[in-house]
Amino acid sequence: MYAFNYHAPKTVRQAASLLAKNTDGKVLAGGQTLLPTMKQRLASPSALIDLGHAEGMSGIEQKGRNIVIGAMTRHVEVSTSAIVKNAIPGLAALAEGIGDGAVRNRGTIGGSLANNDPAADYPSAALALNATIITNKRKISADEFFQGMFSTALEEGEIIVKVSFPIPSKAAYEKFPNPASRYALVGVFVAKKGSDVRVAVTGAGSNGVFRSKECEAALSSRFNARALDGVKVSASGLNADMHASADYRAHLIPVMAKRAVEKATAK
Amino acid sequence: MASVTLTVNGKQVTATVDPRTLLAQFLREHLHLTGTHVGCDTSQCGACVVHVNGRAIKSCTTLAVSCDGALVTTIEGIGTPDNLHPMQAAFRENHGLQCGFCTPGMIMSAIDIVNRRGNKLDEHTIREELEGNICRCTGYHNIVKAVAQGAAAMN
Repeated sequence: MYAFNYHAPKTVRQAASLLAKNTDGKVLAGGQTLLPTMKQRLASPSALIDLGHAEGMSGIEQKGRNIVIGAMTRHVEVSTSAIVKNAIPGLAALAEGIGDGAVRNRGTIGGSLANNDPAADYPSAALALNATIITNKRKISADEFFQGMFSTALEEGEIIVKVSFPIPSKAAYEKFPNPASRYALVGVFVAKKGSDVRVAVTGAGSNGVFRSKECEAALSSRFNARALDGVKVSASGLNADMHASADYRAHLIPVMAKRAVEKATAK
Repeated sequence: MASVTLTVNGKQVTATVDPRTLLAQFLREHLHLTGTHVGCDTSQCGACVVHVNGRAIKSCTTLAVSCDGALVTTIEGIGTPDNLHPMQAAFRENHGLQCGFCTPGMIMSAIDIVNRRGNKLDEHTIREELEGNICRCTGYHNIVKAVAQGAAAMN
């Protein structure tokens, strides 16, 4: 990896000011994507602003009907949190399925959302659960936050501080992992809150995470796995690569959605 | 350059390092603790697993400076040749290795699994939990047996 200047701010405010001063700098969260990218010399930031020592960026709490998770909260903490398991078990299960144990001990929710990898798991949860991404500057709804592959609404000098998930009545995540990398070939997060049904798909879209209108329409009338019988998803705009064709991914979307609904509605 | 202070296997060390120094590199090249191996260098294989503040992490995908102030435990810190850690003893008794390259990471991950999941581990749990550790020799059977026995012995 190329050389960089290292900063370990103690507060979010310090981090933001360092980021403003280092325009070619990058924020380091858990580093499970950024460091491998830098090692391959696909990224060469002039500075790293490490949030690992910044106060108040980690932790999970319930605030009214929302679960609020600090940006530096590690995947292992989300997957084992009694609060998350009780309120949104589908979110805890999703965190349990990211990478492997050692990666989950290090990777963070804020890092995953900010990176918006088209095959990452967390973006689908944030989009389906209608989460609010809270930065040092403002609050951004998930619908506005994700703006295409590796692209988000975050502006220069903006840092995710926490994420607020409204507690759904039912929710679950199912992914079809690539057998080698274990990244989602297709991952589908379904969530029902009142009469609102949201279905978010990761891994499949050539432009990153998206909502499946076809699945949402079918499930809005009846939140039941059978409601997805016969639902067809268009292959247009889906990824095609050595691992799966666009048609195969299109086929997998309602299949994964169905399994997720079965999980969400299981007693 | 940046300063980093770690407590490695109970001993405090302070060093001035290039910030891009990976924890694995720091342990091996600065502290000469070569028991931590670097296999794939892409956070897939788990040969570099060490514990930072009690949690297993991949030291090839962590900057040494990010661990400033942390407690680090490597394979050298868990037992001695005369007094093996129960997990090390179980790997020896079950022949849970052939070439041995992956073994330090396997053992550090196995201890982390016990810390998180308890002493009674069924085969399925062990296989799932070892997802991030790759062995190219053994076919895993004896490793799985070793982890189960080591876990019980850690009770």
